[in-house]
Amino acid sequence: MAGEGRRTEPVAVAAKARRQLPWARTVFWLYAATLMLPLLWMFGMSIRPNEDILGSFSLFPQRVTFDNYQTFFTDPVWYSSYLNSIVYTSMNAVMSLIVALPAAYAFSRFRFAGDKHLFFWLLTNRMAPPAVFLLPFFQIYQSVGLFDTHLGVAIAHMLFNVPLAVWILEGFMSGIPREIDETAAIDGYSLPRFFIRIFLPLIRSAIGVTAFFCFMFSWVELLIARTITSVNAKPIAATMTRTVSAAGVDWGLLAAAGVLTIIPGAVVIWFVRNYIAKGFALGRV
Amino acid sequence: MTGKGAEELAPAGATVAGGQVAGEILTGDVLAGAAREAPGEQDASRADSRTKNNRAWFLVLPVVVSVAFTAVIPLMTVVNFSVQDIFSPTDRIFVGLDWFRSVTRDPEIRAALLRTLLFSAQVLLLEIPLGVALAVSMPRRGAGVSVALVLVALPLLIPWNVVGTIWQIFARGDIGLGGWTINNVLGVNFNYTLDSTDAWITVLLMDVWHWTPLVALLAYAGLRSIPEPYFQAAQIDGASAWATFRHIQLPRLRGVLTIAILLRFMDSFMIYTEPFVVTGGGPGNATSFLSILLSKIAVGQFDLGPAGAFSLLYFLIVQIVSYVFFTVLTRTGR
Repeated sequence: MAGEGRRTEPVAVAAKARRQLPWARTVFWLYAATLMLPLLWMFGMSIRPNEDILGSFSLFPQRVTFDNYQTFFTDPVWYSSYLNSIVYTSMNAVMSLIVALPAAYAFSRFRFAGDKHLFFWLLTNRMAPPAVFLLPFFQIYQSVGLFDTHLGVAIAHMLFNVPLAVWILEGFMSGIPREIDETAAIDGYSLPRFFIRIFLPLIRSAIGVTAFFCFMFSWVELLIARTITSVNAKPIAATMTRTVSAAGVDWGLLAAAGVLTIIPGAVVIWFVRNYIAKGFALGRV
Repeated sequence: MTGKGAEELAPAGATVAGGQVAGEILTGDVLAGAAREAPGEQDASRADSRTKNNRAWFLVLPVVVSVAFTAVIPLMTVVNFSVQDIFSPTDRIFVGLDWFRSVTRDPEIRAALLRTLLFSAQVLLLEIPLGVALAVSMPRRGAGVSVALVLVALPLLIPWNVVGTIWQIFARGDIGLGGWTINNVLGVNFNYTLDSTDAWITVLLMDVWHWTPLVALLAYAGLRSIPEPYFQAAQIDGASAWATFRHIQLPRLRGVLTIAILLRFMDSFMIYTEPFVVTGGGPGNATSFLSILLSKIAVGQFDLGPAGAFSLLYFLIVQIVSYVFFTVLTRTGR
């Protein structure tokens, strides 16, 4: 597009101006490598038998085994809780987007009574210490029949994902000129039709980024998800806290599960990697 | 930036803007001034373009309802806990502010508050500069960008208790690479299950590992949004790399850093899952942060009254500090 085109011209000058210190890249890749060490170590543990893990320290596994992964994929407790996490996380991303889209549009286009206070109130929901708030959570979800359902967890996670989604989407929408709304209104588009046909395609990348963040925060959350589930919707993270048996902790299996919990996030981030920088940059920052 | 019209005009407009900036700016100070003003101008123009319309509430309603469902009732229940002494579901007496008084005088809670504040301060002092440094040194173009972004973001995508598990293993002196290296290569005796300082360092390192990527991603996005003409001007002025960073990049990062600081404060002040998995608050009370102590009182001892009062005060502290940070950060440098 034109926007891209005009950037290419001064690149030769700018490339020099933006030149980083000579050792910066090296330092960065060294840091990235250090960052990966704990993860690689966990991966190393996941392919060793338990006796080798606890027996003695060795940098590389002496015997490589995939038994831990096999256990994971054959034991219904493990693989079903893995699926549970994926299901409620995806549901949460979709539901958060559906309620956040109109609200973000309202925040970006209109001033209305109490809009600033409402926004601050939404954000404060991130700040409640969970330990005590979990108790009433349990009671509410049980009383309305959402206890131990995927839908229940998805709704509970909207508590912190919806404010975030509104915040990111609002930033993107404010970058879309109002003239587009007005032109569409003159052309006879009703608000819902305009929103779905014209507006949503314009903010595709924002939707991608928002979905990613909802997915991420829902995926890593444990306390709420564990409190309002027992069997049918139990998250993988909760299953992992219960690997201690009479024989002690099954470190190999725990490490294998840990490795597998990273994969969905890694897949999602690979798909939205180009939008991430934009998502923050165009957001309300 | 503004629709079809702007797209057509863009090449001409960009040249003018570039020329203006390059011609106008002769010193680093003016440059920094321009960079500082820009966000304010954008905010002002955006605020003006919004029309007043109270019917917008209908669009916001689904959000309010969905959040209120999980936010308001629990809050009210906790307020209820905090002003009553509950013996059984049917036997309870109103005690007013007694629980609040006893909580604020409890030496254990005070110690945990100081510990948590110290932890948050250390987290911010370590992660913010480190994150900015990382963002500045990240690759900007080519295939390296994607790889770098994914690698840096990876720790953010790991469930929090798994982060705890990773470090619980990694820092062990006998079977973990990190702990083993410190003990056997550096020759320092390190055991996070016995030594308070080692436990603290482990939890702090874990948090730096886990959350610096968030600061780095935010700062990276902020850097990417700086228009090219600023850099051209710096180039023409012959500004050093440090001057370019200090007067162009850093001022433009104020917005993203505000958010980074707020998020990091909130989350580090309420940290629970990771240290719980690694140290369980020990050894002794060394890593017993407010949230860990709170859940001990609420879930372990089931003292709902003190726990409720404690939670509300905790909630209030987080809000006040966040508000102060926010106000100070948005006002300075304007």
